[in-house]
Amino acid sequence: MTEYLLILVSAVFVNNIVMVKILGLCPFMGVSKKLEAAIGMGAATTFVLTLASGSSYLINHYLLGPELSYLTTLSFIVVIAGIVQFTEMVVQKTSPMLYQVLGIYLPLITTNCAVLGIPLLNVQAKHNFMESIFFGMGGALGFTLVMVLFAGMRERMEGADVPAIFKGSAIAMVTAGLMSLSFMGFSGLIK
Amino acid sequence: MRTLYHFHGGIHPPSNKTQSTQTAIARAPLPSLLIVPLQQHAGETAKPVVQAGDHVLKGQLIGMPDGFVSSAVHAPTSGTIAAVDMQLIAHPSGLPNLCATLIPDGKDEWVALKPVDDYRSHSPAELQQLLRMGGVVGLGGAAFPSDIKVRIGKQKITTLILNGAECEPYITCDDMLMCERAAEIVQGAEILRFMLDANEVLIGVEDNKPEAIAALQQAITASGPVLQQNKRYEVVAIPTIYPGGSAKQLIRVLTGLEVPSGKLPTDIGVQCFNVATAYSVHRALVKGEPLISRIVTITGNVREAQNFEALIGTPIAELVALAEALPDTDAYIMGGPMMGFPLPAVHVPLVKATNCIIAASKKIFPPPPPAMPCIRCTRCVEVCPADLQPQDLYWFAQSKEFGRAQAFSLFDCIECGACSYVCPSHIPLVQYYRFAKSEIRAREHDKQLADQARVRHEYHEQRLEREKREKAEKLAAKEKAAQAAKLASAQPLTPQQQTEQAELAASRAHIRQLAQSEVEHTDEGVTK
Amino acid sequence: MLSALLVMAAIAIVLGAVLGFAAIKFRVEGNPLVDQIDAILPQTQCGQCGFPGCKPYATAIADGEADINKCPPGGEDGIHKLADLLGMEFKPLGGDAVSKPKSVAIIDESTCIGCTLCIQACPVDAIVGAAKQMHTIIAAECTGCELCVAPCPVDCISMQVIEEKISNWKWKYPVYSLNAVEAIQIAATGTAR
Repeated sequence: MTEYLLILVSAVFVNNIVMVKILGLCPFMGVSKKLEAAIGMGAATTFVLTLASGSSYLINHYLLGPELSYLTTLSFIVVIAGIVQFTEMVVQKTSPMLYQVLGIYLPLITTNCAVLGIPLLNVQAKHNFMESIFFGMGGALGFTLVMVLFAGMRERMEGADVPAIFKGSAIAMVTAGLMSLSFMGFSGLIK
Repeated sequence: MRTLYHFHGGIHPPSNKTQSTQTAIARAPLPSLLIVPLQQHAGETAKPVVQAGDHVLKGQLIGMPDGFVSSAVHAPTSGTIAAVDMQLIAHPSGLPNLCATLIPDGKDEWVALKPVDDYRSHSPAELQQLLRMGGVVGLGGAAFPSDIKVRIGKQKITTLILNGAECEPYITCDDMLMCERAAEIVQGAEILRFMLDANEVLIGVEDNKPEAIAALQQAITASGPVLQQNKRYEVVAIPTIYPGGSAKQLIRVLTGLEVPSGKLPTDIGVQCFNVATAYSVHRALVKGEPLISRIVTITGNVREAQNFEALIGTPIAELVALAEALPDTDAYIMGGPMMGFPLPAVHVPLVKATNCIIAASKKIFPPPPPAMPCIRCTRCVEVCPADLQPQDLYWFAQSKEFGRAQAFSLFDCIECGACSYVCPSHIPLVQYYRFAKSEIRAREHDKQLADQARVRHEYHEQRLEREKREKAEKLAAKEKAAQAAKLASAQPLTPQQQTEQAELAASRAHIRQLAQSEVEHTDEGVTK
Repeated sequence: MLSALLVMAAIAIVLGAVLGFAAIKFRVEGNPLVDQIDAILPQTQCGQCGFPGCKPYATAIADGEADINKCPPGGEDGIHKLADLLGMEFKPLGGDAVSKPKSVAIIDESTCIGCTLCIQACPVDAIVGAAKQMHTIIAAECTGCELCVAPCPVDCISMQVIEEKISNWKWKYPVYSLNAVEAIQIAATGTAR
């Protein structure tokens, strides 16, 4: 039980997928302008990542085995693409507003390097099924946490008197860098 | 001892009230000219019922109320109407508005007054109409027509509160009124209580006005037979704090009840009137005199700060001259130093909402230091009486994010100025909130117009479609009728027509025969 | 080799089945976006965006055919709202679109000949009149789109800017000096505090 908790804490804080591993920056920058969009994107990514980690472990362990290990990347991408497509349909049906707000970033979860990265990291760390699920869920929760924090900060900065040369993406990048510094302070939390 | 409650925040600015309470209320002499604006109240402008050249008597109707939220305007003295046109008025914009200019004839003749003998024998609706036609509006500053405030809705009114707090520095008109005319105030309160059918009357007075409290208590004791025996009257001394005289805050202090955001005091069974309004109600109903004068404090950079009973429409310049403004006066503020605004010019007229005029100078009101960026010290949050977050409201107002400003309850702000008073960066916070509020109101108005225009446009499109359809149908019907007519016109021929046709056919045949034989003869001739 | 193909094929078939099932179960009809965009547009029906009215422009934006910065009556505020709704970047008012102050049309009654050409042009039916009768504009309904000015054969329609009165006056955006010297100067010249 403690290992799962440790995996969760590690995935959310110590090895935060965006701030420490620097993966998944595309939706992080693109959707964090509005808080509601950020929360929606985080929820969608959590759903996708948890499913993807679980199914990719199953495929890797049972279908591919050691002989077909060269098909890992290809099959993971196919599975992720399918799950994202499914998620897109669900979101369009349940919340057309969120679908509109997320726009192109919803299908772009497929190309989110974090969503491919976490299953690959699971393979590398030789996690079992439960550990994979927790790592995937934790990674996505960390992604959501950081998205929400960043979106809150960006909304605040909307009203600030930012110098013209820094307006928009530039100040966002600077802020993300400072956030990353602060998250790296978590290192050493788990031995 | 009555339990008193507290409201959040509040400040204690220096009161500066003793300057103007040294002498009794003086009656201002008749001015040389009176400019009576036709809108001195919240709601629609009154419609002028006089024109240039008319002679009017004191208290004669010159402006008819127009619309549900409106009040009447009367001539403050007898004289001749010189003009009904746009004149400069006391408004922060400096824009003019419709006014009736009156030249007094010096006789000060009243119009035939119609006092009410016993208000208890009249229905509340009749009394409301008398208040509306008597021009009685709230004299606490908002100038809301009082006839609307005495309407009872579904909620039973348990408590009538009279606001004698007068929390803003420099202003002392209500204090002097309570000291000198407490009996009329109490009688006016009883009329209001009767109209609202309230169970009790609480008169809230700040504890820095002991003489006023004593005068009111004496008046209540003395008017025993007039007041209903089973209804409770109490003068409550409340702690001196700004803005304790704001209606919502006063209700909180006296009853512990909080008026919900967006709702009115009547929704929780309370109604609040200024003591001067109660006094005007008494004058309007018992004496039959419409609202044509009020007490105004002239203070600040003047030699003799005092209170005057002045006619509505008196140019402020004349009142200020009476109080002898000092030469280094550079501006005049209508209202108090917290919520008042500078007058665009000193000759603007006194209106029903003018409670105080402060002559300002560099000594009394030094120029404000430059505004510096907000450091988020939250001193403003500590003093806000409406439990708001002024620093966030400022942030959204200055970046024009009006949606978020509204989400932070911008419209619950009472614009008391406590936040700007304590701001260490000297940011004029209330100016930002006023800007945001008026901008939001303008945008909502635009949106309403846009929605109306959309509906009209859609109807326009439908109308064109309908006309096209109707035209097509008419054309189709016409064609059908024409076809039917053509078929109907193929009838059998009459006998005469038949013989004619037969003769024609016979002659045609004969001609054909002749032509044929001619050809044969010729042919024979040719072939011979 | 064969096992690899079989595995990939199996994954593809399973996913395809799941997606096919989902496509039927989660079908979505219509496009509510057009109404949302139309609710933001100012309904002036002036045609300055290049489309014959606000609804066609909204449809074009929803289809991605038109840019969001083509509406002068909506102003910068309208473009901001559209950008927020669609998750796009804000763009300043484009092309030769110029922001004009709000105005209302007025007919010079001494010149009007009663031809009804302006009545046919008005998209919100704000002109009252009939053939050979006096035409007049209902100021409260006029959106200032200026579509009636051109058809008038005697040029009797002009646009009057809505002037600022007490009833429509707004507090201005506070402008205060951050510089001590400037602040004292402002105070010294006697402008209202």
